[in-house]
Amino acid sequence: MALFDKRLQEIQQDLHNGEYKVADLVEESLRRIEEVDGEIHAFLSVNRQVMAETERLQERLDKKEERGLLFGLPAGIKDNIVTKGFKTTCASRLLENYDPIYDATVTVKLKQADALILGKLNMDEFAMGSSTENSAFQKTRNPWNLDYVPGGSSGGSAAAVAAGEVYFALGSDTGGSIRQPASFCGVVGLKPTYGLVSRFGLVAFASSLDQIGPLTKNVEDAAYVLQVIAGHDPQDSTSAKVEIPDYLSALTGEIRGLKVGLPKEYLGEGIDHEVRQRVYEAVKVLEGLGAEVMEVRLPHTEYAVATYYILASSEASSNLARFDGVRYGVRVEGENLIDMYKKTRSAGFGDEVKRRIMLGTYSLSSGYYDAYYLKAQKVRTLIKRDFEEAFQKVDVIVSPTAPTTAFPIGEKVDDPLTMYLNDILTIPVNLAGIPAVSVPAGFHSNGLPVGLQIMGKPFAEATILNAAYAYEQHTDHHLKRPAFERGVRS
Amino acid sequence: MREISREEAKRVAELARLALSEEEAEKMARTLNQILRYVEKLNELDTEEVPPTSHVLGITNVMRADEVRPSWPIEEVLKNAPDKEERQFKVPAIMGE
Repeated sequence: MALFDKRLQEIQQDLHNGEYKVADLVEESLRRIEEVDGEIHAFLSVNRQVMAETERLQERLDKKEERGLLFGLPAGIKDNIVTKGFKTTCASRLLENYDPIYDATVTVKLKQADALILGKLNMDEFAMGSSTENSAFQKTRNPWNLDYVPGGSSGGSAAAVAAGEVYFALGSDTGGSIRQPASFCGVVGLKPTYGLVSRFGLVAFASSLDQIGPLTKNVEDAAYVLQVIAGHDPQDSTSAKVEIPDYLSALTGEIRGLKVGLPKEYLGEGIDHEVRQRVYEAVKVLEGLGAEVMEVRLPHTEYAVATYYILASSEASSNLARFDGVRYGVRVEGENLIDMYKKTRSAGFGDEVKRRIMLGTYSLSSGYYDAYYLKAQKVRTLIKRDFEEAFQKVDVIVSPTAPTTAFPIGEKVDDPLTMYLNDILTIPVNLAGIPAVSVPAGFHSNGLPVGLQIMGKPFAEATILNAAYAYEQHTDHHLKRPAFERGVRS
Repeated sequence: MREISREEAKRVAELARLALSEEEAEKMARTLNQILRYVEKLNELDTEEVPPTSHVLGITNVMRADEVRPSWPIEEVLKNAPDKEERQFKVPAIMGE
């Protein structure tokens, strides 16, 4: 078995037993990046200092000193999470030279857990997009078929894990940006409850929706990484003060009596019939394990995309006001201050970012605030109530993660509304602030992976991860790897 | 629905500190109108009695103690600035016209 195919916990045990060295893990990752990233384009930067850190960790291992939970594991981080010492660009021309002077809280936590940060991963510019085609620097490709998108906006993170370039990755999820690419690339992606993971050092897109989470090869690894990154942070005023359970011991695989809700609104028109079929097959597996499946209603689902794009764009227009060429980033000189702002922002932002800033500015402008922004905030309440009512009856809700499998590169890039609708099954989760995980649920006849989404009550990560784990233990979809070789398209 | 004209798109761009060419303003107005037509569906819902959700956790303001604490070294803060002079960010003249 290749090192990469092992579970994170297994690797820790092997390191402890001296079966291989920390350098072996890093060398495998670097070799893989060398072999495949010319095709995948997941990395925006690779941390070449990592071998020196490897030696330091190996010394600690040899001396049998205490080790963190992620000891020696090479990780990739989405490029909107700041990393002291190497660039954080948000895949934007505006920040192409930005070298942060501090670490995000999650970066600190990974370092404290002795993970090795191997590099920064490509994304849609400022996390706006569903395909990773909106990066200013490169288009990431789906390892299962290089002519297809990896999903977005954490497409680099999902593709890097799927292609075996890193052992795990972090992404961010504002409307599905961890789960949808996880689904498209056949990996596990977890969007935690809003407030469970600190957002300090995450370059904000829509502050009331953004959440950082892991992308991994399997559910156990997701629980393992979540254990490290979850927890209250006084530097983030929206961070929740909740007790962090032991996510790993929650993975019993026992789901007898678990009440599983199947929402009619997530399985109707617009959902590819093979995707729907894979979800029904997954539900059968859960039923076979003793879960009790029942229909639930989420009647305001059809309003989620409209609500999301008003709220997310409004927040984005405010958050992105800071990029003015004064304190950091690229500057284009102008005749006066306002002219400099306009020239800098117009040259630095890509089309999708400009579109959302414009939509947000319009929604918040005098005379339109009540009709758009306030209206969307009220509909958000209705969507949140739908979940609260459904969770009175069930413990988890399952659905497809995305209506289709990955789509061809270029297919939707000029049609923003169609691209937005791709997130229809993931967006309601962000509006309600609840947790959800996407797990591999088999393949479409087009050869691309299908994702199963499992949603839970606020802070019920242990429950959704255990349901996902039980499913994973009785299927082998998560063990499949894309079979492409260098220069050969599968 | 009121349609956004090219002129209105340029006005909004001005508020957002973006410069749009005539062609860009035309294209932006077209895509924004397409999105706003879709957003109109929110008006199918009666939300008269519904309170807005601005935050899912229902949290209130968090105030930290008003204490003097060390800040970042000034050289570090200025490190990423496109232009600086002595200990300050440098920008084009604001006054004087």
